[in-house]
Amino acid sequence: MDKILQINNLRTIFNTPEGIVHAVNGVSFHISEGETLAVVGESGCGKTVTMLSILGLIPIPPGEIVSGSAYYHNKDLLQLPEEELERIRGREIAMIFQDPMTSLNPVLTIGRQLTEPLTLHLGFDQQKAIQRAVEMLTFVGIPDAEKRLDAYPHQFSGGMRQRVMIAMALGCAPSIAIADEPTTALDVTIQAQIIELVIRLREELGMAILWITHDLGVVAGLAERVIVMYSGLILEEADVYNLYENPCHPYTTALLGALPRVDYTRHQRLDSIPGAPPNLLIEPKHCPFAPRCQFVMDICREQMPQLELIGSDHQIACWVDIHTGKSR
Amino acid sequence: METTPDAIVHLIPDELETPPLTLWQLAWRRFRRHKMAIFGSISLLVLIIYSFGGAFIYTEAYANFTETGIRLQPPSAAHPFGTDTVGRDILARTIYGGQISLLIGLTAMLVQLFIGVLIGAISGYFGGRIDSILMRFTEAVLIIPQIFLLLVMAKFFGSKIPDITVLGRTFSGSVVVIVFIIGITSWPYLARIVRAEFLSLKENEFILAAHSTGTPTFQIIFRHILPNSMAPIIVAATLGVASAITLEAYISFLGLGVRPPTATWGNMLEGAYNYIDTAYWLWLFPGLLITLIVLSINFIGDGLRDALDPRSRAI
Amino acid sequence: MTRYIIRRLLQAIPLLFLISVVLFVLMQNMGDPIATMGGRTVTRSQDRERLTRQLGLDKPIYVQYFYWLVGNDWTKTDLDGDGIPETQGKRRGVLRGDFGTSLVNRGRPVTEVIGDRLPNTLLLMLTAEAVVVLGALLIGIYSALHQYSAIDNTVTAITFALYSMPVFFFALLVMYIFAVNFKQWGLPYLPTVGMFEPVAGKTPIQVAWHMVLPVATLAFPFFATYSRYTRSSMLEVLSQDYIRTAKSKGLPRRDVIFVHALKNAALPIVTLIGLDLPFLLGGAIVTERIFAWPGMGRLFLDHLSRADTPVVMGILMLIAVAVIVFQIITDITYAWLDPRIRYD
Repeated sequence: MDKILQINNLRTIFNTPEGIVHAVNGVSFHISEGETLAVVGESGCGKTVTMLSILGLIPIPPGEIVSGSAYYHNKDLLQLPEEELERIRGREIAMIFQDPMTSLNPVLTIGRQLTEPLTLHLGFDQQKAIQRAVEMLTFVGIPDAEKRLDAYPHQFSGGMRQRVMIAMALGCAPSIAIADEPTTALDVTIQAQIIELVIRLREELGMAILWITHDLGVVAGLAERVIVMYSGLILEEADVYNLYENPCHPYTTALLGALPRVDYTRHQRLDSIPGAPPNLLIEPKHCPFAPRCQFVMDICREQMPQLELIGSDHQIACWVDIHTGKSR
Repeated sequence: METTPDAIVHLIPDELETPPLTLWQLAWRRFRRHKMAIFGSISLLVLIIYSFGGAFIYTEAYANFTETGIRLQPPSAAHPFGTDTVGRDILARTIYGGQISLLIGLTAMLVQLFIGVLIGAISGYFGGRIDSILMRFTEAVLIIPQIFLLLVMAKFFGSKIPDITVLGRTFSGSVVVIVFIIGITSWPYLARIVRAEFLSLKENEFILAAHSTGTPTFQIIFRHILPNSMAPIIVAATLGVASAITLEAYISFLGLGVRPPTATWGNMLEGAYNYIDTAYWLWLFPGLLITLIVLSINFIGDGLRDALDPRSRAI
Repeated sequence: MTRYIIRRLLQAIPLLFLISVVLFVLMQNMGDPIATMGGRTVTRSQDRERLTRQLGLDKPIYVQYFYWLVGNDWTKTDLDGDGIPETQGKRRGVLRGDFGTSLVNRGRPVTEVIGDRLPNTLLLMLTAEAVVVLGALLIGIYSALHQYSAIDNTVTAITFALYSMPVFFFALLVMYIFAVNFKQWGLPYLPTVGMFEPVAGKTPIQVAWHMVLPVATLAFPFFATYSRYTRSSMLEVLSQDYIRTAKSKGLPRRDVIFVHALKNAALPIVTLIGLDLPFLLGGAIVTERIFAWPGMGRLFLDHLSRADTPVVMGILMLIAVAVIVFQIITDITYAWLDPRIRYD
């Protein structure tokens, strides 16, 4: 499988009156054709900003992409002029956003919002676009699709709106679909339905999926590879089975340990991670997880660990071997 | 990973976020950053000093001193702003005029604030029938053109109020009249805003909590809801001062405002367009001063609006 | 929707009644119309009495109001002062469309008097409103897109300054520069009085030329409010999630701004326009006076100071009706633009 998207050392900051917010601090990863990659991390760890940076959707100012490259096939997206980027957005790389309530334009019909990218990118005429829109809506499970084209977003429920968002994003059959926590704003049963839908679409359309989430349960059912982010950095990257069976980064183990389990007794306390998320106004010069890590050593507070391969398809950025408790 | 049952999450000092600010501190920060608001504040201060400090240089008697021999003189060393149609020094008159304009602006705003907040709060809080009646009343006042109300009331009250003496100056009764009629015709705008705030705030759970602990209605309105709706009220009140000053200028321009010899910036412009090509100094200086003060207040109001809006995007 | 409109109109009727009563009462304070009628000559007291009776001014207020409302053609009035009503009244009352005759322009129906001036005012108002809406929209959008740039700050400062100037000051300034000084410097200058030069006649070019200064005076203060509103509305809309979605679909900037953003941002502007328009009908009293434009504003002032109740009431009721109608139209337009709004 070829790599279709290669991100190298991406750094994004935000210039605020309080100082510089270091949102993304040197992120490198890739995604291959048809692959499903999950990006996991707490709120504020930089997952969304990374994706928005790739597509050039960061408001500039106050945002600024300081360094890095994002190669889609042979083009560096970060250097492309706006017109060329516009051709890639929606057509080759599409994004599904988190909150379906606010991500759809309230004053335009969903038919309009669906056909827009079709007429623009694929050159469909109005009739063909409508036909295709109806197909997509039916495919994502919206009943009575033809009549629904004239409806407005507020006339749909949350789950239906998210399906509409998905239909909208995938209309042009992009090679990569970036889904930014698409089920976080929905309740659990709907969540399951949406995930099933995405799996089905993946089989039909064969696109690569970048799924951002903070929910490790979702990752298990969907992803082939996983990236764990913290404070704008990647701490662990592994094939999904490896990650769950053999997590090697203290943060990952802590995350997995914090998951409530069915076999807990009633009075068993949940294992939360002590400490608070890092202050992004400080540029990380050492391991950002050190203050909260139970395996911490002196070097962790002095130098930044780099991502290193520890097995086939398994990388971590850590000074410590958690199995032995000693330096690696 | 095991944690003891009594372990409490500790926040490590160097990982703490910047210390939290109170609402007012945050607002002040945002206000400070608003360049135009700072400019407005400074120039307002300058104008206040000009109007009240200038009284130490020129007496009011001098400002009202007519000397037809030197009428309509262009700006000179003796009379930096020139003289008017009966020979009075325009600079001195603008100083005293400034005092009146500021006073009228402030007091008229207080009148409209009082009426507007009262009606808006009652209407918004009680809702239902009371709200309907009060709102119809408000609409009626809004529909009747303000100029008409002003003119009618000016004519009606015009000669009925005697002169009053405040701060060592004697004002013709028309000043009081103007203050009241501006206040009485301007309150609907504020009432609407207050009502909207009350309508949405009273649904909050902390109001329900106050009810359930037996807090009397009066307290709920004035100690719970009102303080939370201060932001738009402050902004509206600030802009209300500006509009009161402008309104005074309008009425005076139409000849129905404060009567001479008491000078206001508005009445100095009365009839000035007869002299548009011969004596520009008659209208230029008072006009510029009105513009400047209204501008300053508007800037301040704009800055306050940005600073106090909790949803503001500017940090 | 039709039911909603009908309901609003019905609700408006008691309001209109209330307003008409209040206005009528207020008018009584404007003084004695007879006093100003004689012109230079002092009216003899017999003539005065006769006129008072003729015009029905000797009756108590509530009777006068009643006659104003429903006319007096169903009753007799006493015109010769002997205490016996003998002359049939001729007025049909406002409810039947008769607004009476002017006290100042003796005998001329109010509708005629107003009708003479109304088109002139409308011409001025609608042109000014069009200039404002177009100009302010463009400025507002530009400012929102280039927030805090040098141009944005300059434009903001200028519009604020213009908004802070009393209208008559702006008029004076503008007259001073473009009429007086241009004339002195030998440049083609703008006229400041009336609708057209009597010599040249009422041609479109004359009228257009004469319109420039009054329209500018009317338009500029509104420029500030409208462009600020557009700017802040656009800014708020542009930071919404659905704009980010639109961009992520690869839509060109033009589409994102003028289709996705503008339609949402326009809503508050529509409200503004709807609320301002009827007041413009009042004729921008001060502007018309300064430029001697023969419109409703001047009519209003002239007849108000001479206590011409029928004409003034006619104008005021016209404005009141316009305000109510425009409020309804605005609400409907709002619902049409924003599909989330539903009136039941």
